[in-house]
Amino acid sequence: MSVAPADVAKIAMLARIKVTEAEIAAMVPELNGILAWVEQLGEVDVSGVEPMTAVIANSLRLRADVVGADPLTGGNIRDKVLANAPAPEHGFFGVPKVIE
Amino acid sequence: MRDLTDLGLAAIRDGVAGGDFTATEVAGAFNAAVAEANPALNAFIVTTPDHALAAAARVDAARAAGQPLGPLAGVPIGMKDLFATQGVQTTAASHILEGFIPPYESTVSQKLWDAGAGMLGKLNLDQFAMGSSNETSAFGNVISPWRAEGETAMRAPGGSSGGSSAAVAARIVAAATGTDTGGSIRQPAAFTGIAGIKPTYGRCSRWGIVAFASSLDQAGPMARDVTDCAIMLEAMAGFDPKDSTSLDLPVPAWSAGLTDDLRGLKVGIPREYRIDGLNADVAKSWDDGIAWLKDAGASVVDISLPHTRYALPTYYIIAPAEASSNLARYDGVRYGLRDLPDHAGLQDMYAATRAAGFGAEVKRRIMIGTYVLSAGFYDAYYTQAQKVRTLIARDFDAAFGEVDVILTPTAPSAAFVLGQKSDDPLEMYLNDVFSVPASLAGLPAMSVPAGLDRSGLPLGLHLIGRAFDEQGVLNAGLAIERRAGFAARPGRWW
Amino acid sequence: MTYRIEGATGEWEVVIGLEVHAQITTASKLFSGAATAFGAEPNSQVSLVDAAMPGMLPVLNRECIRQAVRTGLAINAAINPWSRFDRKNYFYADLPQGYQISQLYHPLVGEGAVEITPDDKKPDETKVIGVERIHVEQDAGKLMHDQHPTMSYVDLNRSGVALMEIVSRPDMRSPAEAGAYLAKLRTILRYVGSCDGNMDQGSMRADVNVSVRRPGDEFGTRTETKNVNSVRFVMATVEYEARRQIDVLESGGTIVQETRLFDPDTGTTRSMRSKEDAHDYRYFPDPDLLPLVLDQAFIDECRASLPELPDAKRARYEAELGLSAYNAAVLTADAETARWFEVLVAESARRQGKSESDVARAASNWLTSELFGALNKLGRTLGDSPVSPEAGAELLALVGDGTISGSIAKQVLEKMLDTGDLPGVIVERDGLKQTSDTGAIEAAVDAVLAANGDKVEQYRGGKEALFGFFVGQTMKAMQGKGNPQLVNQVLKAKLG
Repeated sequence: MSVAPADVAKIAMLARIKVTEAEIAAMVPELNGILAWVEQLGEVDVSGVEPMTAVIANSLRLRADVVGADPLTGGNIRDKVLANAPAPEHGFFGVPKVIE
Repeated sequence: MRDLTDLGLAAIRDGVAGGDFTATEVAGAFNAAVAEANPALNAFIVTTPDHALAAAARVDAARAAGQPLGPLAGVPIGMKDLFATQGVQTTAASHILEGFIPPYESTVSQKLWDAGAGMLGKLNLDQFAMGSSNETSAFGNVISPWRAEGETAMRAPGGSSGGSSAAVAARIVAAATGTDTGGSIRQPAAFTGIAGIKPTYGRCSRWGIVAFASSLDQAGPMARDVTDCAIMLEAMAGFDPKDSTSLDLPVPAWSAGLTDDLRGLKVGIPREYRIDGLNADVAKSWDDGIAWLKDAGASVVDISLPHTRYALPTYYIIAPAEASSNLARYDGVRYGLRDLPDHAGLQDMYAATRAAGFGAEVKRRIMIGTYVLSAGFYDAYYTQAQKVRTLIARDFDAAFGEVDVILTPTAPSAAFVLGQKSDDPLEMYLNDVFSVPASLAGLPAMSVPAGLDRSGLPLGLHLIGRAFDEQGVLNAGLAIERRAGFAARPGRWW
Repeated sequence: MTYRIEGATGEWEVVIGLEVHAQITTASKLFSGAATAFGAEPNSQVSLVDAAMPGMLPVLNRECIRQAVRTGLAINAAINPWSRFDRKNYFYADLPQGYQISQLYHPLVGEGAVEITPDDKKPDETKVIGVERIHVEQDAGKLMHDQHPTMSYVDLNRSGVALMEIVSRPDMRSPAEAGAYLAKLRTILRYVGSCDGNMDQGSMRADVNVSVRRPGDEFGTRTETKNVNSVRFVMATVEYEARRQIDVLESGGTIVQETRLFDPDTGTTRSMRSKEDAHDYRYFPDPDLLPLVLDQAFIDECRASLPELPDAKRARYEAELGLSAYNAAVLTADAETARWFEVLVAESARRQGKSESDVARAASNWLTSELFGALNKLGRTLGDSPVSPEAGAELLALVGDGTISGSIAKQVLEKMLDTGDLPGVIVERDGLKQTSDTGAIEAAVDAVLAANGDKVEQYRGGKEALFGFFVGQTMKAMQGKGNPQLVNQVLKAKLG
């Protein structure tokens, strides 16, 4: 499979990265080179093989339903949450107006 | 007075504990060395001399008060700028996080401070840890302290933990943290003549480490020798309930368990790593390693890891796929860069912010990751890669039924000249050919200095162990270290 | 009865499937320790994890899984002992991570079923609606658009709150069935305690998939109307959307598969163009989380902790307590009502020294006709009723042992609702006890007969229907306190 400029534009849109025509033109051969290279995986016989789900055998731990059991992952830290915001507004994050 | 920066982690800790010198003297000496070298090496994005001095003052006060000292008391280290540090800018070497001051401390860095270490600064790296030469940093590339004999060309310190490797090799930190996704601790360690270990996936908490590829990322120490690595890893590792992939296991006393007596140990030499056109000096150092391990009492066995050649392409599907999703949070809404063109809507703001904030390699990997996950391609790329990953892990399982540890070169060459490979992403990716398989299988692996190549540049040897068997890896590393007698240091040209 | 819509060109059938998002009742969020309470200050219930700060990681809340499993068991669904979480990737300001953690490939709960009664008046006509799956996922934050001329404001309090998405099969065929399914689901969730079902607070909302076809044809193209937040609106959505689609098809158009929005003010739906960007969610397993493996003991505990569920309760009310199908349906429609009723019955049986089945029918009639009616007039519900089930049982006992008559009981209930006093106190204080004093009754009867000589003549002339008139006049004269049986006896004797 290889990508054309229109594909690259679509991928960039999905990834929300603004690209110029020139950037797209440069990316097409680069991405095609990488994709052609990774496609050698297609030659591996994987019949009956399960995709890896956990690199080290381990299953999911569940935590107790307690608010703020660990302050590092609890709430009530509005100032910290907003401290790095580019546009904090009255306790909210401001973004360009969204029309729904 | 002797130069305290000549001392490694264990020597500093013991000297401070024994009253040979104070932690404040140590911090002062390293702060001075950083100030002197950093303009030339660009190893740090920010320096934090006050942090190092404050930690040292606490250690000195504790010692004066007769209180017990932590296992890293008085040791000044560098912190890769991928670890969130409370109140200290954390960037992942990306413009998109420039100015980001975390209101939290990563689990691993907190453990190090709790052990008595101090921070000299935040170390430069490849942007979002994506790279093998440190050339993708938004803050300029790190310059390796190493130069080839009779040359002045600037060499790569390896990547992504290139600030860490350069700083340890230049003796401006006693040790440093690294992170390793496909070789980012081991390859830079090899390039700069230092030791570095990536532990079993899940040993070190990922909480507070800027994510690159979640199923592969592991933190680990980079230090001047194997013993220092063992001591530092003990302080970094441990169960963290905040990380669902953290291993709920006690941390072994690796430093106490160190021995270079390898009698009864079986070492595997995977034939698939003897790639066509393998660099002759690398091949020779590999042979040296085999001889040293035999000398330490180990027996050496040829083994096969049949899916080795598929490891890199597997990695270059899985890592970008995870990264494309992990990096979606950098959107200009809650922190970091926001680029808001006139009359831009929300989605325009995202696209402009991410275009301005991410470097070319990061964008490239996000694009690849987005593509391989997209509708119609997911099974062909991502599912296939995760199946091949299963096969790669099975290869190791089979091998470890036969041997205890695997020896390979760390990287296919010594450090290259900066700019030499940056035009061709694929050639750059090939740097990780020996380190990536262990990452895909989550296994502990380390690089130890093995000698110099014909141009006087360091080469590393790579040891891969069974899951949870960091001890086996460290012991084999120690055996090589003692026999290699690696004492070379970069000339001080800065 | 089969529901058909008459179009210009013939009959149409509507096909409906619902995706119900139900907030799981927990103290903390699905993957973080921030609180979930409704109505908090903006961004106060947000952890570093919910704000997707760099390096933050999810850790799964056990209670969310437990409640989703209990819900699955309550609809007889298969519980998948191996499930996992996937990332659904898209960019929006209410989605801090740039992905929603959900379950696409391996949901926690598999196939189940919900039995509905589409027509309240026909409690015996039921239909089974298939549930395809229940998966667990994160809620998004909230955007406010009316606070600033050029900006929207983001509040992440809801971000990361646990939701169950309950996906039905396209098994519904009328607005009534869709409404009944949603109402029944809410009943079940409230019984189980896995969701409070407060649709006005957004705790439960439905995405309504509607298509139309000629009866017997293949499924038509469907539209999905998002976030409809009441039973009534779901029914209105189906009605409007079916009619709209029929009009489009009959005028030669085609239906576009799209996302729509319901407008409660107009009862119409409109296309959400903002959501029509080519979406490609790039689902893949979340590498920050491992597979969720449930052991049998966990599932057994979930099952053992389930209360008696509405269908079983309703059957028991009919079979064991002798209730009418209608009363059984009404009393089991809500867990709180059923609990109230059961206390009323138990307490009535105790006070009257009878078995529950002996008192249940009278208790159910009193509750559904007397108390519900009275509360309704006051604009109250059982939840904030001034009358407790214990007080109700006391009132029923007073009727049962003849202390007061049925009509006096109505007066007493009104005073109970008014003052909150117990019925015994009211009866005593206001002298409402029924009188069985034959002398007093005879005197009253004599007075009534004397005052209505003409009617006495007519009665004796064969107009026996007038007997009720004499009873009423006598009771009126005695302020309702005469023992009705004695009044009857005396009247019969005196009228000859």
